[in-house]
Amino acid sequence: MEKEFIIIIFSENKVGLLSQITTVFTHRNVNIESLTASESAIEGIHKYTVVVRNDPEKVANLVKQIEKKIDVLKVFCYTPDEVVLQELALYKVQRSRNVEDLVRRHNVRILEIHDDYIVLEKTGHRDEIRELYRMLEPHGVYQFVCSGQVAIIKSRRELLNEYLAYVDERYKEHRARMAANGRD
Amino acid sequence: MTNDYRDNSPSSAEPAALPRISGSEAVIRSFLAEGVDTVFGYPGGSIIPVYDALYDYRDKLNHILVRHEQCALHAAQGYARAGGRTGVCIVTSGPGATNTVTGLADAMLDSTPVVLISGQVGSKSLGTDAFQEVNFIEITQSVTKWNCQVKRAEDIPEALAKAFYIASSGRPGPVVVDITKDAQVGMTDFEYRPVRFIRSYRPDAEIDESGILEAARLINLSRKPMALIGQGVILGGAEKELREFLEKSGIPAAATLLGLSALPSDHPQYVGMLGMHGNYAPNIKNRDCDLLIAVGMRFDDRVTGDPSKFGINAKIIHMEIDPAEINKIVYADVAVTGDVKRTLPMLTEKIAPCDRKAWLEEFRVCRNIEREEIIEPAVSPRGPHLRMGEVVDAVAQRFDDAILVTDVGQQQMFASRYFRFKRTRSIITSGGLGTMGFGLPAAIGAKIGAPDRDVCLFVGDGGLQMTLQELGTIFQSQVGVKIVLMNNGYLGMVRQWQELFYDKRYSFTELTNPDFELIARANRIPYRLVERHEDLAEAVDEMKRCEGAFLLEARVEREENVFPMVPAGMPVHDIRLE
Repeated sequence: MEKEFIIIIFSENKVGLLSQITTVFTHRNVNIESLTASESAIEGIHKYTVVVRNDPEKVANLVKQIEKKIDVLKVFCYTPDEVVLQELALYKVQRSRNVEDLVRRHNVRILEIHDDYIVLEKTGHRDEIRELYRMLEPHGVYQFVCSGQVAIIKSRRELLNEYLAYVDERYKEHRARMAANGRD
Repeated sequence: MTNDYRDNSPSSAEPAALPRISGSEAVIRSFLAEGVDTVFGYPGGSIIPVYDALYDYRDKLNHILVRHEQCALHAAQGYARAGGRTGVCIVTSGPGATNTVTGLADAMLDSTPVVLISGQVGSKSLGTDAFQEVNFIEITQSVTKWNCQVKRAEDIPEALAKAFYIASSGRPGPVVVDITKDAQVGMTDFEYRPVRFIRSYRPDAEIDESGILEAARLINLSRKPMALIGQGVILGGAEKELREFLEKSGIPAAATLLGLSALPSDHPQYVGMLGMHGNYAPNIKNRDCDLLIAVGMRFDDRVTGDPSKFGINAKIIHMEIDPAEINKIVYADVAVTGDVKRTLPMLTEKIAPCDRKAWLEEFRVCRNIEREEIIEPAVSPRGPHLRMGEVVDAVAQRFDDAILVTDVGQQQMFASRYFRFKRTRSIITSGGLGTMGFGLPAAIGAKIGAPDRDVCLFVGDGGLQMTLQELGTIFQSQVGVKIVLMNNGYLGMVRQWQELFYDKRYSFTELTNPDFELIARANRIPYRLVERHEDLAEAVDEMKRCEGAFLLEARVEREENVFPMVPAGMPVHDIRLE
């Protein structure tokens, strides 16, 4: 049974890492629905948010394959109910009375107003963004773009920080072992 | 928080106290710091500075000049697998680099530790389609365990320290370090600090005690268990731990192609090779097993046949260092992640001693069926022509503690079936990738990696011609490889499939061959042709007596088939004896 999964990947900030990650998806023949990449809250650590629809077993294998990449720090996989997902969309539409109604009802920001078109911005869940597009379409949409999805997890635990603390612990043990072996 | 985890604190010495050397010399001195004694390579434009530095270190570092970069990789693989060290290669940019891709892929699939240094155009020319420029990092992404590009001389020691650590730790694999020409000629203060820790890399998973306990419980309950031994035992150096586990548990053990020699062939609990052309007993008994204990293996499809029917009545314990292998092909009822060198003793401690003579006897019955129907006819002199099994058997008798190297195809299967192994690291063959042409260069590397051992290569007339130019390497570097050429004038394995599954339509599998004697003589390699049963023993003796390399050409029956055989995609218990 195919389901939606949100895969959050933390990695070292290394040239070519995005292609290393996407290679795993192509190798396992998994289609990426959405992908965003940015710095994480921690300096030097990059974050990728990938949304896929696939079998849970296949996704579990995929996660392990990504984590196996040497420069990948940690991969977390979530179902949609475990995260808050948002994306951002811009619509360039023809000015009309109907559009202005929609703007008010859908809590849409107006970014620019020209004589013959306006640029709207909507942040929200993908379904809301698609829904607004469907409603604007009859009134003339000149252009439509939307970002990939970003996600924040609902759990109060900061898993990446926990992982980094654990790595530090391991490193201390490693140093202690080295010292015991008579090496610096 | 830092992510510089190199060992040794930075030297407190003033930078002026450190030797100031070129990036190229830093490459060589990093090799020496890692204990490298041999490199396989081929020079070219973008790597000339490294070769220039190497010139001053000829007395400390042995360089083997191969005849094609693919063979530098295969030779390094042979060296690594025979000697248990990391193989090292140096090649130039562009075509030199792309020629290595097959070798990298082979090392990746067969978990062989190799470090490849590739030259690259100057950093200012990157991305301009400069002469002999390819984006080698992109190309090797999916065939390396790790790769990186170095554009500054001062980054070379750390990149190499990481490369050696990553290649050899955990589940080993090939690593590429691509070094631009300006980094090679740039100057740096040299200080080598080994890396044994990388925060984003976990070579050996934490051992889950509950998995060990559950595995022990299943073993103690099991009436019909079988152990499946993979190369992980050899890579982990866990041969002794394996024997202790087997001897306490009384469990029959079969080996994968790459797991051969982890357990001696004459061990009373050894029941043969797994796989498509493996032994009858471990395949036919697969259905009867109530428990399979996979030790450092990855359920390759040549081993499992139809994976949904593999161990259909059995629970599966999967002991494996690479967590990504768990549940990839076959669902593991119990997963024991971690190096088998560490996990096997923990398991041995928890199991009850057990006598499984009756169960072992069932394997012996199957073994006898195979001996009568397959093995005896295959190895004994029958019919007008020599046959491959007979040749392997004759060589095995006279080289009773040799390293077996094979190419890919029928001779590979005959050799791995009929050779006998006394000690570990005695088989070097291309398993996962099935690379024809692997044999000759791998045998060269094996002999250099284990100079005190005999190295016997079995190779077909097709495979030999794929990397035939390496006879020149044997000549120049005087490598004492014993080459047994099984010449049947066909690409035999494909011909066998065409016979069995394609209505004998032998589409482009017949070879019109050159005179191998002239080729051997041209390379100053002693040669002998053998065609008759009665000459075989003496011919092998002559090869044995010969110091150094030897090419023994056996003209064998043209249309012999390898049996038993599990037809592709079928359950392994559907193994056919004919």
